[in-house]
Amino acid sequence: MLDFPRWKTIGISLILLLGLIFTIPSFLPEKTTETLPGLFQSRVNLGLDLAGGSHLLLEADLSDFDAVQLEKMERSVRQAMRGEPGPDDDVAIGEVTRGNGQLSFIVRELTQLDEARERVNRLTQGVTQGTQLTGQRDWEVSFVDTTRVVLRATAAGRTAAIANAMDSARDIVDRRVNALGTREPTIIREGNDRIVVQVPGLQNPQQLKDLLGQTARLEFRMVDENANPAEVAAGRAPVGSEIVPYAESSDQAGGFEVLKRQVMISGDQLINAQQQFDQQSGQPVVSISFDSGGANTFARVTTQSVGKRFAMVLDGKVLSAPSINEPILGGSAQISGNFTVDSANGLAIALRSGALPVKMTIVEERTVTPELGADSIRKGVLAGIIATTAVLVFMIVVYGRFGIYANIALIFNIFLIIATMAAFNATLTLPGIAGFVLTIGAAVDANVLINERIREELKRGRKIMDAVDTGYKEASRAIFDANITNVIAAALMFWFGSGPIKGFAVVLTIGIVTSVFTAVTVTRMFVAHWLRRTRPTTINI
Amino acid sequence: MRLLKLVPDDTNIDFLRWRNVAMAISLLSIIAAVALVAVRGLNFGIDFVGGQSVRVEFVGAAPNIDELRSKVDAIGLGEATIQQFGNSNAVNIRTALPEGGEKTAEEAGRKLVAGITAAYPQAKTGAVETVSGKVSGELLRTGAISLALAMLAISLYIWIRFEWQFGVAALFALFHDVTLTFGFFALTQLQFDLNIVAAILTIIGYSLNDTIVVFDRIRENLKKYRKMEIISLLNLSTNETLSRTIMTATSIIMALAILVFFGPDVIFGFSAAMLLGIFIGTYSSIYMAAPILVWLKVGPDSFIPRTSAAVAGGERVTRNDDGAVV
Repeated sequence: MLDFPRWKTIGISLILLLGLIFTIPSFLPEKTTETLPGLFQSRVNLGLDLAGGSHLLLEADLSDFDAVQLEKMERSVRQAMRGEPGPDDDVAIGEVTRGNGQLSFIVRELTQLDEARERVNRLTQGVTQGTQLTGQRDWEVSFVDTTRVVLRATAAGRTAAIANAMDSARDIVDRRVNALGTREPTIIREGNDRIVVQVPGLQNPQQLKDLLGQTARLEFRMVDENANPAEVAAGRAPVGSEIVPYAESSDQAGGFEVLKRQVMISGDQLINAQQQFDQQSGQPVVSISFDSGGANTFARVTTQSVGKRFAMVLDGKVLSAPSINEPILGGSAQISGNFTVDSANGLAIALRSGALPVKMTIVEERTVTPELGADSIRKGVLAGIIATTAVLVFMIVVYGRFGIYANIALIFNIFLIIATMAAFNATLTLPGIAGFVLTIGAAVDANVLINERIREELKRGRKIMDAVDTGYKEASRAIFDANITNVIAAALMFWFGSGPIKGFAVVLTIGIVTSVFTAVTVTRMFVAHWLRRTRPTTINI
Repeated sequence: MRLLKLVPDDTNIDFLRWRNVAMAISLLSIIAAVALVAVRGLNFGIDFVGGQSVRVEFVGAAPNIDELRSKVDAIGLGEATIQQFGNSNAVNIRTALPEGGEKTAEEAGRKLVAGITAAYPQAKTGAVETVSGKVSGELLRTGAISLALAMLAISLYIWIRFEWQFGVAALFALFHDVTLTFGFFALTQLQFDLNIVAAILTIIGYSLNDTIVVFDRIRENLKKYRKMEIISLLNLSTNETLSRTIMTATSIIMALAILVFFGPDVIFGFSAAMLLGIFIGTYSSIYMAAPILVWLKVGPDSFIPRTSAAVAGGERVTRNDDGAVV
């Protein structure tokens, strides 16, 4: 027991000193730590339940994903069959139908069958997984009755397409959240079809939620002026057109327009979108400008169609359908649709960041205001201080000198937990604070085990040195076994838990490891040095 | 300085004498807990059934609950569950998932917040949570799986480190602790949410902590006093570790009680569950785990390898009576 090598003393002291040093940055204001050298910048992060903020879980609505993919494929096929300009290059197709998860059409000229086959095959790609080719194509092409071509997405192709869509959805969500000027948002993909958005310190998450709830697929389409009103009233639109309802927020909510299916210009041809006020009415509007391709198209169509009407369609709902009074040549336009300043601003951000490839819905939300978070921290820290004081007093009253050693170890344990959390940039949550208090109550268990064992061994008549030595040795086994069970429980919590509970599991696990170190190794050092120095003949324990 | 001794020296309490009575009480409590859960059910929070939950802080005192309820019911989201936090001016208002599926939890949450703000313009909504039916279903499933896994994994560990009888005894003690905690939540109708599952996992960890210390001593004494009758041996082991059991339990209970009374009311249920669990866990390691060992016929031979090398193993064990070799 007396034999406690110098290198061990130095090593332990060094660890304790490091623990102390790396605890400090977490208690300094963030502005101060940013000026410190890199090593000292790491600090404990506060979870959303303490810092205040919003946790949103978005889930992709994949119900019409396949239909949209088919629609896109149809457009690609039509474009490919039209080929390069010049009549010779056209492959004439017809009877294009979509449904049952497949797209089919017939090639009109038998002589063009090979050409058609080649062009369709060029539209399909091999599916990659990571960087590896899987050997599967994303679409399966088959021929029925000689001239009918059938395209069907393969399972691998569908999975890859969804993964692709989710990746770009994540990027778009990222751009939108950042456009709101939020501080340190976290946006990560989760599972196959989910995105987690965490934004700290947000006072009003409503704006953010509105923004993320919008797909923001913008289309400019011509109104079909030739539709037969009787047919339309019966719910039938002419070939090449469809009936599109007005948005709920618009003046004409409940009404509808008959629009050409063909999209004149779409949102991906935008280069900018800004919230502004209409010069005549003073209403908030969104002014947009197109890239050169979009601007040319817009100029051409509006020149040809003066006097006709076009519709601005957002996410499948008509916002407004103004008449074209004169050709619009500058490549910019104004979207009006009964906006408030906030909703116009939101739409501008959504348009700038691009349309989501899939519709996202919020399936889970947890928002805490910064005030409530601050209140929780205050009460949690208060409870922590009272609990620590109570445990410290208790240990001294029961174990005297050995209690003081245990207390010094306990205080170092607190520093080590904070320092370790800072080093790993771990997040402290409200249940984490509870875990902290629990750890303080439980950390002395190891010392209790040791000290009780020493008492026992003394009673059995062992000499002091021998009793202390046996006490440490015998108790260590139980301490180890008992703490393993806690780690198992904490590991499972980390596995299943959401943010706050993960935070609890982290504190618990770190606390278990550091408390075994401080309660066994550190106190042993103190006791060994004391015994060597004073060589007591009786000890009071 | 005279030191405080919570437990007098050399106690010789005949714990095992009461084992049948204790076991009867425990079994009755387990049956009562199961019946409570079956009859009253657990007051599941939105984590597990979906829905909307808003924490509202009023300026001054919170309004009369009946008045508040009628105003919340008028919002049209069905019947609200309103829970008051101790002495504070804050309440938690919860409404069930709207009819028509999962997409609307978030919309219903907006409606609830808007309705409350309209009825009480001064009140602040400190926390808003909405969980859709799909997500709550997943949370319930993973929560249940993790509880079952924790109990199995820990029992398995004890089986490996000790013997199968100890693993079974530990599993039974855990089952006892977890069931009684469920019963407590059914009785008090405190909200049962994700945090409570975490609390139960913690209880599982700490209850076992206690059990293991007793088991460790039993193992040591089994090797030391090979002739001693098992009941006396278990009594001796429990008495020898009693002082430690009481000390540690006191320390943890003190810390947790302070957390319950001074800590944030947001995690009241969480802290209360852990506090209760420590009580139950301490009782069960003395009165559940040890008696089961008697029935499973643990004896000195339990730690001797049942191979042809039994004699050699016996020698080895006696030589290393510190238990370093198992």
